[in-house]
Amino acid sequence: MNYVIIGNSAAAVGCVEGIRQVDQKGKITIISDEPYHTYSRPLISYLLCGKTTEELMRYRPDDFYQTNKVETILGQKVTKIDPDAKQVLLESGKTVSYDKLLCATGSSPFVPPMKGLETVEQKFTFMTLDAATALQKAITPASNVLIIGAGLIGLKCAEGIFDSVRSVTVVDLAPHILSSILDEAGAQMMQRHLEKQGLKFYLNDSVESFDHNTALLKSGEKLTFDQLVLAVGVRPNVSLIKDAGGKVGRGIVIDATMQTSLPDVYAAGDCTESHDISSDQDRILALLPNAYLQGECAGKNMAGASCVFDKAIPMNAIGLLGLHIITAGSYEGEEKCVQDKESYKKMFIKDGKLKGYILIGNIDRAGIYTNLIREQTPLSEIDFDMVFEHPSLMAFGRGYRDKVLAGK
Amino acid sequence: MKRVYVNEKWCLGCHLCEYNCAFAQTGEPDMARALKDKTIHPNIRVEDGDDVHFAVNCRHCDEALCVKSCITGALSKTADGVVTIDQDKCVHCFTCVLTCPYGCILPTEDGAVTKCELCLKTTKGKPACVAGCPNNAIVFEER
Ligand SMILES: Cc1cc2nc3c(=O)[nH]c(=O)nc-3n(C[C@H](O)[C@H](O)[C@H](O)COP(=O)(O)OP(=O)(O)OC[C@H]3O[C@@H](n4cnc5c(N)ncnc54)[C@H](O)[C@@H]3O)c2cc1C
Repeated sequence: MNYVIIGNSAAAVGCVEGIRQVDQKGKITIISDEPYHTYSRPLISYLLCGKTTEELMRYRPDDFYQTNKVETILGQKVTKIDPDAKQVLLESGKTVSYDKLLCATGSSPFVPPMKGLETVEQKFTFMTLDAATALQKAITPASNVLIIGAGLIGLKCAEGIFDSVRSVTVVDLAPHILSSILDEAGAQMMQRHLEKQGLKFYLNDSVESFDHNTALLKSGEKLTFDQLVLAVGVRPNVSLIKDAGGKVGRGIVIDATMQTSLPDVYAAGDCTESHDISSDQDRILALLPNAYLQGECAGKNMAGASCVFDKAIPMNAIGLLGLHIITAGSYEGEEKCVQDKESYKKMFIKDGKLKGYILIGNIDRAGIYTNLIREQTPLSEIDFDMVFEHPSLMAFGRGYRDKVLAGK
Repeated sequence: MKRVYVNEKWCLGCHLCEYNCAFAQTGEPDMARALKDKTIHPNIRVEDGDDVHFAVNCRHCDEALCVKSCITGALSKTADGVVTIDQDKCVHCFTCVLTCPYGCILPTEDGAVTKCELCLKTTKGKPACVAGCPNNAIVFEER
């Protein structure tokens, strides 16, 4: 069997490990345009603030490709998939044949058209190791940095450079920060925390126009900056599959076995659309755990096993300047909330099941909540008041504990 | 593989396993001196109810969600199936806290992450929690 994987990140690594659980012999080739050993993308902000190094941020050990007998073609872009000839075309003109193909192309930063953006000299995005090292080279202790986008990537970038520059200002169209994962009250708590440390926000606002080192905001505010970071959003890289005639919605459409509409072509990770079981909707879940799990499932299936991954939910763990957030699921249904100065907890309950939660500050044993969402456990089977107070296994029945703790 | 299994009805709720775990992590010879006036961070925790007690530690799941979800590659499985953590690689993002279904990976006060590694890196042989349990409420065996 001849496996080809486009991409060299979480979904690709998951696929390799999935294939090798089933097939020790088949040939695996990884092709990626980034010329590096597989690295952890989320760690680029930790690299900037010195919490990791380029060696430590490798997502798998140095001998990963060797141990798993993977050939790599790195620093090469795939320009085309030919599903009839079962080949991919590289930008060098070379072709690579496959029996089974995985598209794990991830996503790219989305930069909306903005007036005068071309006049800004020092502008950056924040999604790759190259982008992070370019930003690192540009900033100085005297830098005033402007970040467009108060989402996960924008704020992680802010944290990464915070101690190395004079000021960081964040502008976002949304009325509150981290709008994809936090409700208003949670976002306000987080924003206060970040402002206390010196981060500046302009929310409900956007850039009207740029003129070299100044940004004129819709609100009339004028901001001067040295470096600009664009972290408005990401778009799944779907074009290879789309151009080959495969089905694409907002992301690449796959079934529960991770197969695309093209024969012998699978897709996994940020480039796909997932079925979120907490909201029963198809959406893009640009999350590393999801990418790995999809990739692993795809790999097993490519190697002839039969595996489904049908438990995708949104979930995030993110710390910003010392305050931690864990969230999962979707925010619909009846709300149950407690808040004090240092922590915030909100649960969303619908049809007798936990659908989502937000924790800020105290995040201990949060996975017990995540599991209730993922397994769609009827709350009538547990002592939910107890578990709401403190996540515990005590709130579950004896039978569950016997299974989990006593192996019965 | 051998795991720490719980005999719930024999657990007295004495919490000795927690102290033995914390002690094993220090690598020091004397328990009283090693733990005196310290907040302990055991990787096994006893849950106490009115008349039910039981200890909870990492299940070393076959399909370990924490390992698969770890964003850095710091969590991995040894050839024997033990879920271990490479503290140098870990950046304390707490994705493992988010994903562990049993709440067995724990943040410590200084912001690090700690978990049971079956005393792989400390005592050799039987995990310290099991060795010190007075009532066989936890056992180390194949099931
Ligand atoms: C700053 C930042 C912080 C993040 N923090 C978190 C976090 O805390 N938790 C979390 O769960 N997620 C986080 N994420 C998201 C996480 O990084 C992604 O979900 C994950 O990397 C997705 O993996 P993937 O394999 O699907 O794709 P990617 O990691 O995007 O990798 C795709 C690879 O394919 C290559 N490629 C694309 N097209 C081609 C082509 N035509 N030819 C060859 N190669 C190609 C790309 O260059 C890239 O190397 C973060 C992301 C960023 C940017």
